[in-house]
Amino acid sequence: MMLNSLIMAMGIAIGKIIISLLSAFAIVYFRFPGRRLFFWLIFLTLMLPVEVRIVPTYEVIAGFGMLNSYSGLIFPLIASATATFLFRQFFMTVPDELAEAARVDGASPMRFFFDILLPMSRTNIAALFVILFIYGWNQYLWPLLITTDPSMNTIVMGIKQMFPSGDDVADWPVIMATSILAMIPPVVVVISMQKLFIRGLVDSEK
Amino acid sequence: MATVSLRNVKKSFGKTDVIHGINIDIADGEFIVIVGPSGCGKSTLLRMVAGLETVTSGEISIGDRVVNGLEPMERDIAMVFQNYALYPHMSVFENMAYGLKIAGTPKGEITARVEEAAKLLQLEPYLKRRPRELSGGQRQRVAMGRAIVRKPSVFLFDEPLSNLDAKLRVQMRLEIKQLQRRLGVTSLYVTHDQVEAMTMADRMIVMNGGVADQIGKPLEVYGNPQTEFVGGFIGSPPMNFLDVALAKDMPTQAARLGVRPEHIQIAQTGAQAHGKVLYSEALGAETLVHVKLADGSFATVRQDASLAQPEEGAQVGLAWSKADQITFDAHGQRC
Amino acid sequence: MEKRVTFKGIWLPLLLVLPQIVITAVFFFYPAGQAIWQSLFIPDPFGLSMQYVGLGNFEYLLSNSYYRASFVTTAVFSILVTLVSMGVALYLADRLIKGPGVYRTLLIWPYAVAPAVAGVLWLFMFNTRVGVVTWYLGLLGYDWNHVLNGEEAMGLVVVASAWGRISYNFLFFLAGLQAIPRTVIEAAAIDGAHFWTRFRTIVFPLLSPTTFFLLVVNIVYAFFETFGVIHTITSGGPQQSTTILVYKVYSDGFVGQDLGSSAAQSVILLVLVGVLTIIQFKFIERRVHY
Repeated sequence: MMLNSLIMAMGIAIGKIIISLLSAFAIVYFRFPGRRLFFWLIFLTLMLPVEVRIVPTYEVIAGFGMLNSYSGLIFPLIASATATFLFRQFFMTVPDELAEAARVDGASPMRFFFDILLPMSRTNIAALFVILFIYGWNQYLWPLLITTDPSMNTIVMGIKQMFPSGDDVADWPVIMATSILAMIPPVVVVISMQKLFIRGLVDSEK
Repeated sequence: MATVSLRNVKKSFGKTDVIHGINIDIADGEFIVIVGPSGCGKSTLLRMVAGLETVTSGEISIGDRVVNGLEPMERDIAMVFQNYALYPHMSVFENMAYGLKIAGTPKGEITARVEEAAKLLQLEPYLKRRPRELSGGQRQRVAMGRAIVRKPSVFLFDEPLSNLDAKLRVQMRLEIKQLQRRLGVTSLYVTHDQVEAMTMADRMIVMNGGVADQIGKPLEVYGNPQTEFVGGFIGSPPMNFLDVALAKDMPTQAARLGVRPEHIQIAQTGAQAHGKVLYSEALGAETLVHVKLADGSFATVRQDASLAQPEEGAQVGLAWSKADQITFDAHGQRC
Repeated sequence: MEKRVTFKGIWLPLLLVLPQIVITAVFFFYPAGQAIWQSLFIPDPFGLSMQYVGLGNFEYLLSNSYYRASFVTTAVFSILVTLVSMGVALYLADRLIKGPGVYRTLLIWPYAVAPAVAGVLWLFMFNTRVGVVTWYLGLLGYDWNHVLNGEEAMGLVVVASAWGRISYNFLFFLAGLQAIPRTVIEAAAIDGAHFWTRFRTIVFPLLSPTTFFLLVVNIVYAFFETFGVIHTITSGGPQQSTTILVYKVYSDGFVGQDLGSSAAQSVILLVLVGVLTIIQFKFIERRVHY
C-alpha cells in the first residue's frame, strides 16, 4: 500500500508538472491559433475538484479498463490547470530580454526552454512538487472508488478497509500503526522542506 | 566587420506608425549613436536591426546581405541589453560561452575565446561566479563579453549604461568606446543621454517621434541643429529659443531664434534683449545665469566663473553675435 | 499581460499543449459533460436504457427532503469548519508572529495529514469504546456517543476537518500579518489606540484581502475535501446528520446506484463551485486594480 501511494503521489506530481510546464511555455512564449480558447478552457478547470464529476469520471476510467491501475489513479487528478497557471505567472516574470538574448545567441525555442527556462524554474518546480506530492498522497475518495483490488489500495484509503463492518471490535493497534505510516511521508516532506512548502502553498493559491 | 544600411525603414504596430522611414549608410567600423527621448522609436529601430522586431517596410542590410527575413542569430550581430539579460543560473563563463556552444564551436576554441574576452574586460577572476555575485559594472562587462566572444560583424547596444550610477557610467562609456576602437566593429548604440551621444558617437541619429531629425557628427549636430527639437535636446543646458523680433534682418518665414547659452554675454552696451536675473547656479568652472526676459520668456546664459556674476533681481542686457544665432520656422525646421 | 517576445511557429506550441488538452478533454470536460447529460435522464430499473426526464432529476432533488436536509447540513458544516479553523489560525498567527520558527513547524505539519487519516485519529480519541477523550468525559459524567447523537457527530467531524485546515490558514494569516508595515501599527499606538482598537481598525482591514481569500478557499475545502473525514468517522450518519452534498453524490451514485440523481447533484455542486470561483476572481480582479 505504501508503494501504491508513493507511485500515485509521484505520478501526479511529476505528470502534472511536466504537462503544465509544456503548456505554460506554449501559452506564454508563442502566438498560435486557438491560444485564447485553450487559455479559457484550462481556466475553467481551475476550481472544479474531481469530487464534483466523480461518477462520470469513474465511467470513463472503467470504459478505458483503467480500474485498478496506476494510470486510472493518476490521470483524472492531473486534469486541472492550477500548475499551468502557476508556471504561467512565473514565466511572465522572467525578463523578456532573456528570451531575446537567447534568440541572439541562436537558441531554438526548445533549447531556450531546457537551457534557460527550466533551470530558472527549479525552485518553483520543487515547491510545486511538495504540494502536489501531498495532494496525491492524501487522496481518499478517488482510490476508494477505482481500486477494488486490495493489491492496488493506497495506504490512506486502506485504513478504512481495516475497520470491521458491523459491531466487531476494531483492531485499533493495527489501525493506528497504519495511520502513522500513512502520515509519515507527507509530514516528513512538509517539515524537511518547510520553506519550499510554504512558498509552493502561497504561490499556488495566489 | 561590415557596413550596415537602412533603406526607408518603417515600423507600425497595428495602425500606429512608430518609425516613419529611416535612411542611413553606416561605414565599416563606425560608431553610431541613436539618441532621443523615450518613446521616439530608437529602441524599436535597434531591435529591427537585431531581428527582434519585424520590419514593416523598407530594407535593412548588413554587409551585402538584406537581413529583413533572417533570425537574429543568422545576422551575425551581438546585442548588449539594458538590464544585461545575463542567464542567472549560469556562471560568467557559461554566459559568455552559450552562443558559441549553440553554434557548435569546438570546446577548446570556446575556452580560448572566452578567456581572451575575459582578459580584455578584466573579468578573469570572476569566470566561475554567478551574475548575482557581481557588481553592476562587472555585469555590464559580462554582457559586453558575451557580445565580443561571438566576433560579430555588428554590435548593438540598447541603453547599456542606464542601470549604472553616474560615476560608473562615465567610466564604462570610455571603456566601451575604447573597446570598440580596438576591435573596430561597426556599432549601433541607443541611449536617451545626450552626453553619451556626444562623447561616444562617430555620427549620431537624433530621433524624435519616429523620425530621424538629424544625422551627423556630434559637433556638427551641436553647432548646427537642423530642427528646434535637436537644438533643445542636444546640449545641456539646452539651446535658448527667443523671439525673432529680437534680431534684425530675419528671413520672412523665421518664427524663432536659437542661441546656445555659452554664446550669450551679459552686457550693458549693445544688448539685444533685456531681462531680470532670476537666479544663478555656480557650477565651479562656469556659472549658469537664468534670466526672465521682458517679453516673459526665459533664457540661460553660461559664462566663465571668473566673470562678474550679476545679483539676483538685477536688470541685465543680453548680447550675442549674429553668427551664433540660428533661425527656425513655425514648424521647428531650420530656415 | 502579454510577453513582448515570442517565438515563431504554430506546430510546436500546439504539440506542447497537446498533452494537457488531451488529458483535460478526456478526464475533465468529457466527464463534466457527461454529468450534465446524465442529469437529464433516469435509467430504467435494469440499467438497460435511459429515459429523458428533462429537469426532472433536479425537480425531484429540490423537493426531496433528504437532499434539502443535506444542503442545510453542508451549510452548517462549512460555516463551522471555516469559522473554527480561521478563528484559531488568526489567533495563533497573531500570537506567534514574533515567536521562534519552532512554533511554525509545529503548527504546519497537520496540513500534511490526509483528511481521512485525521478522521481516524480523532475517531480514535473519541471512540465510544476505547477513546481517551470519551473516557475523560465519562469521568466528568458526560456520556459521549457520536454514533447515536447527531450533534456530537457533527461536532466531531467539524473539529477533525478544521484541525488540519488550521495550518493552512495560519500560514496565510501569518504572511498577511507580516506584510503589515510595523510603522502603521506603531503610528496607531502613538495615536493612542489600544490593542483591541488597533486590531479592529488597522490590522483587520489590512488583513481583509487574506481573510476573504481564505473564506472562499475554506468553504470550497469544506465542501469537497472533507469527504475523507466524514467517510471515516461517521459515514454520513447518524440518520444522515453529517451527510454533506459531496457525500451524498457518492452514496447515491456508488452505493445507491442512482446515476441520474447523482449526476444532477454533481451539476448542482458544479454550479455552486462555479459561483464561488466567480466571486473569488471578481475579488482578485478588484484587488489587482488597487
